[in-house]
Amino acid sequence: MKLCLTRSLASLIVAAAAVAALPATPVLADTRSDAREQVEFGINVAQRGLWREAIYRWEKAVELDPHYAAAFNDLGIAYEHEGQLEKARKAYEKAIALEPNNTQIRQNYDLFKEINDRAVQPKDKP
Amino acid sequence: MTARFSRKTNRKLAIAGVAAVIAAFCAACGTELYEVPVETPIPAKLDVSAFQRVLVAGFVAGGTEDVDTNQETVRLLRSQLRTKSELRVIDADPIQLVDVAQEQNKAATADNSLPAEGPSVRTTSAADNTAATALPQKIKDEKDLEPYDRLFANTAYWKRIGEEYQNPLIVTGSVLFTPRTSSGLVTRETEVYDGLGRRRVVPTRIYMERKGFMLRPKFVFIDGRTGATISSLSRREEVLYNAQNETPALSSYFELMDRIVPDFLGTLSTQKIKGTRVLLK
Repeated sequence: MKLCLTRSLASLIVAAAAVAALPATPVLADTRSDAREQVEFGINVAQRGLWREAIYRWEKAVELDPHYAAAFNDLGIAYEHEGQLEKARKAYEKAIALEPNNTQIRQNYDLFKEINDRAVQPKDKP
Repeated sequence: MTARFSRKTNRKLAIAGVAAVIAAFCAACGTELYEVPVETPIPAKLDVSAFQRVLVAGFVAGGTEDVDTNQETVRLLRSQLRTKSELRVIDADPIQLVDVAQEQNKAATADNSLPAEGPSVRTTSAADNTAATALPQKIKDEKDLEPYDRLFANTAYWKRIGEEYQNPLIVTGSVLFTPRTSSGLVTRETEVYDGLGRRRVVPTRIYMERKGFMLRPKFVFIDGRTGATISSLSRREEVLYNAQNETPALSSYFELMDRIVPDFLGTLSTQKIKGTRVLLK
């Protein structure tokens, strides 16, 4: 069990190193494919519960390709999970602006809005 | 024979086609969409960082006598706070706030009726004057509850309670739990079978006699150090059943409180809302 965990951790680190090295590829490399690699890696780690690492990957992805709606959608979800609601809202809105007809993004955003509306009431201080 | 073979082949081809479409759809979904569970933390509406402890003191309760609303509300809120907030919950007997308000009112009335001695004129504040207004002995509706609100503004009283329990956050307020009846047209979904025996569900408007309960709590949050009100939260929920149903009052009370408790907890502590989202590649 322990060995298995160590192995999967090692493979994750190797994969991380490989993905991290991606931006260093030649200038002519396809930025969308680089961004996609980051998004895929982000999904992989998010599914393991490593949301901060996922945020790091998806932030990189949108930096590489600022027109990548899926990356903004994923970033919105991660920010939401981390309680960074304002950042989540911006990310979702950017994703919708890029792909207004994407029902999945819209559905995620609607669910987020429902929660966000409850959270953004003014705080009373004693 | 040929016809039979051809029918068989056609059926196989159709099944294969459908399977291929499903497989393609699943493959497409499997590679592009990832459903993940998320827990969104919602920060507390009230900043209670100054308090380590909370005292759910008691409530001015009114309405039906089938449920001891004061006792039940205190018990429910304490148990919820114990499991879903970081504040330590103080265990103490619930205060009978109706009695406290009545006593305060009596004292204020007696105070006001004292004759002025000599040349000195006793000045009475606006609070004293309102305190002298009679409080209804039996609380039946919202109007009866209103005069009790001044109890929550009595900072001296709440400061004393705060001192007694080492300055906690105090949760108090009023709870009105009353029976309700209603009659009229309601939309219900009914099953309809057509001539071919196919089932359909159609909305139908029917006249119904219904009865149930209305719960109207008002939670008041008081700073135990000063006795001042920090915030308050009012909610109103109602549940109606078919008049033939004999639903116990206590079960209706819990059904209605179930709808209100998340808001109450959200005022005092960070709540995590569970859900799912779809990650995209």
